[in-house]
Amino acid sequence: MNILVCVKRVPAPGAKINVTDDGQSVDAAHLGFTTSPHEECALEEAVQIAERDGGEVTVLTLGPVEAEEQLRYAASVGAHKIILVPTDGSAWDPQRTAVALTQAIETAEAANGSAFELILFGNESADSGGFQVGVRVAHKLGRPIVNAIKGIVPGDGSVTANREIDGGFEVYEVPTPAVLGVKEGINLPRYPTMKGRLASKKAVLETAEIDAAAGGQTLVKLHRPPEQASNTEILGTDESAASAIVDILEEIGVLA
Amino acid sequence: MSALLVVLEHDRGKWSEANDEALTAARQLVADMADGAELHAVLIGDGALDLAGQAGAGGAAVVHVANDAMLTDFGPEACGETVVQLAVAESVAAVMAVGTSRGNEVLAQVAARMDLPFVANCMTIAPGAGSWSMTRVQWGGSLLEDATLDSGDGPKLVTYGHHAVVAAPAAAPGAGEVREFAPTLDASLARTIVKDRDVQTAGVTLSTAPVVVSGGRGVGSAEGFAQLEELASLLGGRVGCSRAVTNLGWRNHTDQVGQTGTRIAPEIYIATGISGAIQHWVGAMASKRILAINTDAEANMVAKADYAVIADLHKVVPAITAEIKRRKGL
Ligand SMILES: Cc1cc2nc3c(=O)[nH]c(=O)nc-3n(C[C@H](O)[C@H](O)[C@H](O)COP(=O)(O)OP(=O)(O)OC[C@H]3O[C@@H](n4cnc5c(N)ncnc54)[C@H](O)[C@@H]3O)c2cc1C
Ligand SMILES: Nc1ncnc2c1ncn2[C@@H]1O[C@H](COP(=O)(O)O)[C@@H](O)[C@H]1O
Repeated sequence: MNILVCVKRVPAPGAKINVTDDGQSVDAAHLGFTTSPHEECALEEAVQIAERDGGEVTVLTLGPVEAEEQLRYAASVGAHKIILVPTDGSAWDPQRTAVALTQAIETAEAANGSAFELILFGNESADSGGFQVGVRVAHKLGRPIVNAIKGIVPGDGSVTANREIDGGFEVYEVPTPAVLGVKEGINLPRYPTMKGRLASKKAVLETAEIDAAAGGQTLVKLHRPPEQASNTEILGTDESAASAIVDILEEIGVLA
Repeated sequence: MSALLVVLEHDRGKWSEANDEALTAARQLVADMADGAELHAVLIGDGALDLAGQAGAGGAAVVHVANDAMLTDFGPEACGETVVQLAVAESVAAVMAVGTSRGNEVLAQVAARMDLPFVANCMTIAPGAGSWSMTRVQWGGSLLEDATLDSGDGPKLVTYGHHAVVAAPAAAPGAGEVREFAPTLDASLARTIVKDRDVQTAGVTLSTAPVVVSGGRGVGSAEGFAQLEELASLLGGRVGCSRAVTNLGWRNHTDQVGQTGTRIAPEIYIATGISGAIQHWVGAMASKRILAINTDAEANMVAKADYAVIADLHKVVPAITAEIKRRKGL
């Protein structure tokens, strides 16, 4: 089964997210970058399926040229092919992103001479969280999509996909070629091995220059939510604080 | 007259708590829309008719009840297509939902099918004559984005973030006129409908537990969680964890609190050995009270907590358990 995974490069902030002076992006001057967690799991799932049943895993990203870092990382954990759609680094709205990704997918499929049987997205991107790029791409390709997937079993001409609901799962059986939006928790992504790291250096980076018109959602300004004033009461610096803690538990009625 | 169409949710006739938020937000939005728009609601699928009265009581002037053999359970494509057909038939000015997993997926389907922009997870929305302005969340709530939405002649498509609005009863009920709607659904849409359900009847879940006792990397091992399990069970609560712990394989992802885990809202959150990264914090910030136990007085979790103990969790947690047992005479 040939599988495509769409991943997005995002900053990896720690205790606080700072915004640049112009309010257009996260100030990443002192931050590292990573792949959105749901998408990391989507990639792991694709690699596990390919290891079990054969086939190739292709990873596609749209972002600044630096997003090569996330593609090489993907290669280090098992992706066979990596494709970058380079941007100038500005944030693209969801419609524009979807148009460009669809075109890149169609180009890759034409070159392969066949459709990807499965295309995986994250349920939502970690930064902008638009909850829509995968659905838009699937619709443009005329393929089925279900989101919030935490279990995939490939079948013959279809995939069984488990969608997370409160306290359980809904089971879908989706004919291939299919598209799924994956959530963290579907698996535990592996770390790159030394062999993987070496392979990732050799992976050939394909680039696809694609532009698309801006959509109807426009970012005006990013800002931090108002800080909740906190003044922490320090109950102690050793286990003798236990008594004060249990007083509080009693007071708020959770010690029934 | 123009209309705002609010998409409501239910599970085989069981009203979703998110609907009360949806109707609360919709009443405000419709009042802010320029030309005295009417509030319409849509309920889709088996059991929907029984809930129409509740939607009317929540302020809907018109309640559309959509039915088709394909709409027994949730199916993102069939539901999305139904909403599109209704929105077109009623030439609504806007379609709105609450950004639950289903709410966002249905609106994304509507947007894809109509090729219109869709702004997800708004905190506030200011409708305008042409484009609308809104503040929405990024990073699962760690960051806010002011945005504009311009959809040309088409309807505005938006969701409010789940829990962005505090549900309140309507000051006066709407007319609640029930209208049945039969969409024309192509048989091919059956490709994304539910085939089966696998529901475990869990007791207290992490998202509803009155007490959550969480451990982070500071717990040091999978075995180290036994002391947290014991404390949580004494308090009728659940054990949570940070993503560092899930990634280390010490706990299952179902225990993870945060942006890509579960959002909790307990009476008290006891966070031990957790630094309080922003992505963890957004999952915990709805807790009524927070107690941090951390060796680092500078940790973000400590700064944000109501109470803190600056000490080794491996000493403090057993001491709390012992003290509870002593007071309970166990
Ligand atoms: C897009 C994205 C999404 C994410 N989503 C989530 C999410 O949903 N949930 C989540 O949790 N994280 C999430 N993260 C990860 C997050 O950024 C942090 O890496 C993670 O929360 C850190 O976990 P931690 O606090 O356990 O570990 P650390 O940051 O390593 O902190 C360990 C803490 O334990 C303390 N400690 C050590 N020993 C002891 C001891 N003996 N007693 C007491 N204290 C001790 C230390 O002082 C320190 O404060 C996400 C990251 C990204 C980029
Ligand atoms: N720039 C991008 N490059 C590749 N994939 C993307 C990009 N943006 C979004 N996606 C994919 O679309 C999913 C949904 O994104 P969003 O609609 O922003 O929440 C993400 O989880 C990714 O899989």
